[in-house]
Amino acid sequence: MSLNMQPVTVNIGPHHPSTHGVFRMKVTFDGENIVDVEPVIGYLHRGTEKLAEERNYTQIITLTDRLDYVASMTNNQAYVLSCEKLVGLDVPDRGMYLRVIAAELQRVASHLIGIGFFLQDLGAFGTPLMYCFRERERILDLFEMLCGARITVSYMRIGGVFQDAPVDFWPALSRFMGDIPSYIDELDALISTNEIVLARTKGVSPLTGEQCINASITGPILRASGVEWDLRKAAPYDVYDRVAFDVVTLPEGDNYARYAVRLAEMRQSLRIIEQCVEQIEPGPVRATTNMLFRPPAGEAYVPIEAPKGELGFYIVSDGTVSPYRCKIRGPSFVNLTLLKEMMVGYKLADGIVSLGSLDFNVGEVDR
Amino acid sequence: MGDVLAENRIFSTVYTLVNDLVPDGWSWVAYLAAGMSIIMLVVNSLMIMATFYTWVERRLLGRFQSRLGPNRAGPFGLLQPIADLLKLLSKEDILPRSADRIIFNVAPVLMLAATLIVLAVVPFGRGSYIADLNIGILFVVAISGIGTFSIFMAGWASANKYAMFGSMRAIAALVSYEVPMVMSILSVVVLTGSMSMVDIAEGQALPFILVLPMAFMIFMVSISAELNRAPFDIVEAESELISGYNTEYSGMKFGTFFAAEFANVLVASAVIAVLFLQGWRWAVLPSHLWFLLKVGALAFVFIWIRATLPRLRIDQILGFAWKFLLPLSLINLVVAAVEVLSWPEQTALQQFYMALINWPVAIVSIVVFSKIVSKRQPVQPVVRVAVAQEVV
Amino acid sequence: MYGLGLAKGFGVTLKNFIRKPTTVQYPEERNTQHTRFRGQEFAWYQDRCTGCASCAKYCPLGIIQIVTDPDGGYEQEGGSFKVDVFDIDQGRCMYCGLCVEACPYDALYMGSNFEAAQTQRADLVITKEQLTAREKHPSTWFRPQLERNGYNPHTEAADDFHEVGREPFFWHNKRPQSLSEAERKEATAQGEYE
Repeated sequence: MSLNMQPVTVNIGPHHPSTHGVFRMKVTFDGENIVDVEPVIGYLHRGTEKLAEERNYTQIITLTDRLDYVASMTNNQAYVLSCEKLVGLDVPDRGMYLRVIAAELQRVASHLIGIGFFLQDLGAFGTPLMYCFRERERILDLFEMLCGARITVSYMRIGGVFQDAPVDFWPALSRFMGDIPSYIDELDALISTNEIVLARTKGVSPLTGEQCINASITGPILRASGVEWDLRKAAPYDVYDRVAFDVVTLPEGDNYARYAVRLAEMRQSLRIIEQCVEQIEPGPVRATTNMLFRPPAGEAYVPIEAPKGELGFYIVSDGTVSPYRCKIRGPSFVNLTLLKEMMVGYKLADGIVSLGSLDFNVGEVDR
Repeated sequence: MGDVLAENRIFSTVYTLVNDLVPDGWSWVAYLAAGMSIIMLVVNSLMIMATFYTWVERRLLGRFQSRLGPNRAGPFGLLQPIADLLKLLSKEDILPRSADRIIFNVAPVLMLAATLIVLAVVPFGRGSYIADLNIGILFVVAISGIGTFSIFMAGWASANKYAMFGSMRAIAALVSYEVPMVMSILSVVVLTGSMSMVDIAEGQALPFILVLPMAFMIFMVSISAELNRAPFDIVEAESELISGYNTEYSGMKFGTFFAAEFANVLVASAVIAVLFLQGWRWAVLPSHLWFLLKVGALAFVFIWIRATLPRLRIDQILGFAWKFLLPLSLINLVVAAVEVLSWPEQTALQQFYMALINWPVAIVSIVVFSKIVSKRQPVQPVVRVAVAQEVV
Repeated sequence: MYGLGLAKGFGVTLKNFIRKPTTVQYPEERNTQHTRFRGQEFAWYQDRCTGCASCAKYCPLGIIQIVTDPDGGYEQEGGSFKVDVFDIDQGRCMYCGLCVEACPYDALYMGSNFEAAQTQRADLVITKEQLTAREKHPSTWFRPQLERNGYNPHTEAADDFHEVGREPFFWHNKRPQSLSEAERKEATAQGEYE
């Protein structure tokens, strides 16, 4: 008796424990193998770009927090850099150093979530996820010291950061920096040499560097496919040209490489934070601007290396207190381009893990 | 009164009590009552232990994950299983319209029954067992096969494509792991010369975990797969689309599957304790307490494994069984047989010599077979299938 | 390789098993917030408020409603309005703190509470009467003078506006950052800032 198998189309999501947010995929299976994938997005569309046209430049900072909601500091940073380029504003040094410290802490926090949920999709029953969240809590406590909020931070302003770090921030930061390397080593020991993780993620869903460049993919995914491209080195902003760090690349481009690149990037971020803490000098943290920022007509786009890829705000101003157009280049939206090439031909279990390895955030995809 | 249970105090007490109350010729009532009392004692203690095992598992998983488990329902959260039970009892009992009614209803019951019947041959303490079958361990293996059968019944009767896929995958995994499991049991049987569980427990001068390490490892892995526990819990994975055999079950039927799973873990721990850890034996403490401690330690190890390891894919599970565990268990069996020929009396010293040989053999064969299996890891097939224009 | 990676993983989980769990059992135990925590229950000092409505204009959501009466009221700093209605709709507030940043007179401060949930949506709008009657725990967010005094809103209230001091308005020319320590002391001694 032969079972008559036809390809069958099934909906994964938008409510599903392992789509990272409200994200829907129409997957066509033949038995266990995936034959076609069609992502459907838009379930979290909130009209950010349209709302931005009706708010003044400082109010938009609160909107940018909510784009990639697990990495708010870098969203703020990308936006204010574009605004400062509109008027050619110089940010004081201490402001730039504080921005970089906040952005690198945010990178560690975002990668912790990426790794934690990657392992949750592998089926590790939440143990690595809990460890990652425990460390992320410490970073969020540091953010609370800086700006009073943990996730929707609104810390950066046009011209620098809005307020200097409080006095008890620096001892807390050095305590954190002392503890975290051992926790990252613990995560490493738990996961990186685990035979089951290796068996399930090595060689699965490989992406070549050429495919990534053709699809405009950036961030850890690009670096895990062997292309050494990091905007912090290629087009340095803030004080990234004054600190030394390595750009981590791996040649394989499979799920394991994407996970390993994120783990290594966390260590590099800690290196950057150490150097910034050494180099920072007292001084003003915010440059002179008006209360209602009114740039001359023009346009600016300054992309930064957000934890998930290249994030940029293309701002067109027409001389009023609100931008004429604020287009957001969200890295997660572009990184989902190659989803079909990644998932077709592999099994469903691997498909879910590949989705997790992309570490995308639906807030950025849908805006 | 059969002499199978003659020396059992509970049985004889109840028997004589009821026998005095009933008229002559009705002593079968006394037999029935005595038998039922023993069954009630064993079954109830297992089921209560199983429900509290769910509590233990959730608390321990929490501690492994650096958090507390449930601790609000009752002191230390001890009433949490009761809360779960009440929740399951209050849910609607759904029967899909095109499902096969009889099989649908029988499957969970059969799974629980298979778990409970195994307890008939397990010795809980010195001289404390229900039946000393001389094919004890064969009985255990056969009954756990019925548990496998009930999973297939559940998937088939659900009239749900995905449930059936899930249960067929589960059956494939379960059947594949029966073979290494039986081979490692055979090596234990060869050493003790008898299949009776009581004799196996008594014939271990040194605990077989030291003497037959590879058999222990193979048996632990196989029994994890039989119990559908991590890392082989493909059947109950949440991040899978295909939800497994218990998709269509709700309410107390699902509760029965759930309870049967946890009871199965405890029963498997009991069997491992008898086979490899000398059962109820050691000095100082009473024998029942030793047995419970050993079962508890093994249950802890199962939770520890669940907290640490991610899940394997179904083809990796099957490959692991056939390519890795089966050759290892064959090697183990051959080595054990040769050793028994050389040292037929099983004194502690002779078993120590066997241990001295077995440990290096185990390490060498694991290393060698890991190399062989990993070299032959097939490259992921990238299948480009033309998508049909109209899809269902 | 050969199962050693698995063994390392087991070691890590066992280590965490022995460690104390990191759970904070709310509500019996609580985490302490920093003084800069942007919380609910704003602190509004009516004696300083001039009714300029900068906060209402700067709010991205437009949840502050101010109705003033130009006829009466106390004089302060070159004239002020009598504030009749000062409502903040906490149900839609996102606690961004832009209103606090906009206030030129340091009259509005973020609160420090996070447990002010209500059962009716209408109860979430705090009125002028509630703001004046309530105990004030102003957060030190964007109010560096409070941090310099070592004030902790979670342990003490600050109901008098003289206690909370005042910092020169950030966007004025004489910003603290552009003044040296000596200049700032001089300005304070001459009564230019409180």
